[in-house]
Amino acid sequence: MNLRLGSVQQPVKRELQADARPFINLNSVTLAYDSDDGILTLDGVSMAIGRGEFVAVVGPSGCGKSTLMKLVTGLLPPTSGDITVDDKIVHGPIKGVGMAFQNATLMPWRTTLKNVLLPLEIVQPFKRERRKKRAAHHARAQAMLEAVGLGAFGAKFPWQLSGGMQQRANLCRALVHEPELLMLDEPFAALDAFTREELWGVMQGLWLQRRFSAILVTHDLREAVYLADRVFVMSKKPARIILERKIPLPRPRTVEGSFAPEFVDIVHELRGKIGEART
Amino acid sequence: MKPSVRTRLYRQSMPWLLTAVLLLCWQIVSATSDISHAIFPSPAEVLGAFDRYGSAIADHAFHTVVTSLIGFFLALAAGIVIGLAIGASPFIYSGVYPLLVAFNAIPKVALLPLFVLWCGIGVLPAVLTAFSLAFFPIVVNVATGLATIEPEMEDVMRALGARRDEILIKVGIPRSLPYLFAALKVAITLAFVGSVISETVASNEGIGVLMMAASSRFDVALVFAGLIVIAALAVAAYGVCGLVERRMAHWAFRARGG
Repeated sequence: MNLRLGSVQQPVKRELQADARPFINLNSVTLAYDSDDGILTLDGVSMAIGRGEFVAVVGPSGCGKSTLMKLVTGLLPPTSGDITVDDKIVHGPIKGVGMAFQNATLMPWRTTLKNVLLPLEIVQPFKRERRKKRAAHHARAQAMLEAVGLGAFGAKFPWQLSGGMQQRANLCRALVHEPELLMLDEPFAALDAFTREELWGVMQGLWLQRRFSAILVTHDLREAVYLADRVFVMSKKPARIILERKIPLPRPRTVEGSFAPEFVDIVHELRGKIGEART
Repeated sequence: MKPSVRTRLYRQSMPWLLTAVLLLCWQIVSATSDISHAIFPSPAEVLGAFDRYGSAIADHAFHTVVTSLIGFFLALAAGIVIGLAIGASPFIYSGVYPLLVAFNAIPKVALLPLFVLWCGIGVLPAVLTAFSLAFFPIVVNVATGLATIEPEMEDVMRALGARRDEILIKVGIPRSLPYLFAALKVAITLAFVGSVISETVASNEGIGVLMMAASSRFDVALVFAGLIVIAALAVAAYGVCGLVERRMAHWAFRARGG
């Protein structure tokens, strides 16, 4: 099941770009769902995320973390402030973003392979070429499934798979079109602890291979520290960013390593900050 | 025989068994009670009516089936189009839905005189009545299927850059298929109800006509024969719809192991 992480070469070109201008920039973004009652969900949130960077957002439940995801992908317009992705201001839904939610939202009428093919039927240039390159697209989806250990399950329907397998397929669907941006909204929250830790490894392997930018929203501090380059801690509503923590641990990280003192110290530090935020 | 196979056999034979028991009770009641057979015939007498009027019953039944099916397929086409429109657009929903409910509340028998005035006597008013009864469940179910798409599914599609029509084709329509097929089973039986109602009032052919003629001659056995034919036809049509449903939306039956 584990990817051979040691053999993965980090692409040099993207590594250089990571220090350049931020790929995603939130500039004092405020959001009120109902503009009349004046209750803010987000209050002046500013973040800068580099190209190819993996960041995690943690905070007390109901603090508006998922709202942040919708703002960045343009599914929801901010009340004030602005959001740029790739130096362009976000107005409507930005195209070709990969998304994965806690609920795998696979389509029950499609086989697992067909589910993974979905983005290739929608996102350009794949959509244009989908008749001509049908075999190539199938091979690409199949390769994705194999990368997460689902190679033999392409012909099965999602409801024939376990929860962990569905979530793997969900990650495949989110990544098959090689998006530059991956949004993860508690994708592992509904899984049991062992499956969850296993999928952290799968996720890290995919990221080390492809180096997309990723924003992970989670309740699980160990998950955040395991996966992210930087962790943002949000306060309770109206949400502000109260801590930004670099995670200097070397990659690939392991579940075993998550019990090492330097890992645990960071988790403690974040935990303390969230404790403050809740009161 | 494996236990699972035996259980299935038992289950499949249940409706036949129950029918046989009901027929038996009916026969016993009519044989032992002193209700006149002129108004309450025994199953044996109804069977006799089938024997005597077999070819006439077949002709009229065929006519009823054709009218019902025409009405049903018209309702299907109109129901899908309007259901999709209602489910896809909140504006159309708020405009059209109350009118549909109002239309559905009108007893279709009350519309029959109008249909006859407009189209004369015969096939057309029967088709219209069948249509007007079968239409509503299809519209409502298709619209429900569309309106209950998971918001996360829509977010995934929108974040990929899917247009509205792509979301409709790739998510909305497949998702509303099980709802549509569930509606078809209801709609096809209602189509039979509609065409027979119309035939009893304004037609020269069909099971409804046969039953009216029989009752005016006090041939109650033949009236019962007509009722049984309608019921059997509706059950057969229901079964066909069920088969189509299992083939087209098999994924929706997973809970029952289909």
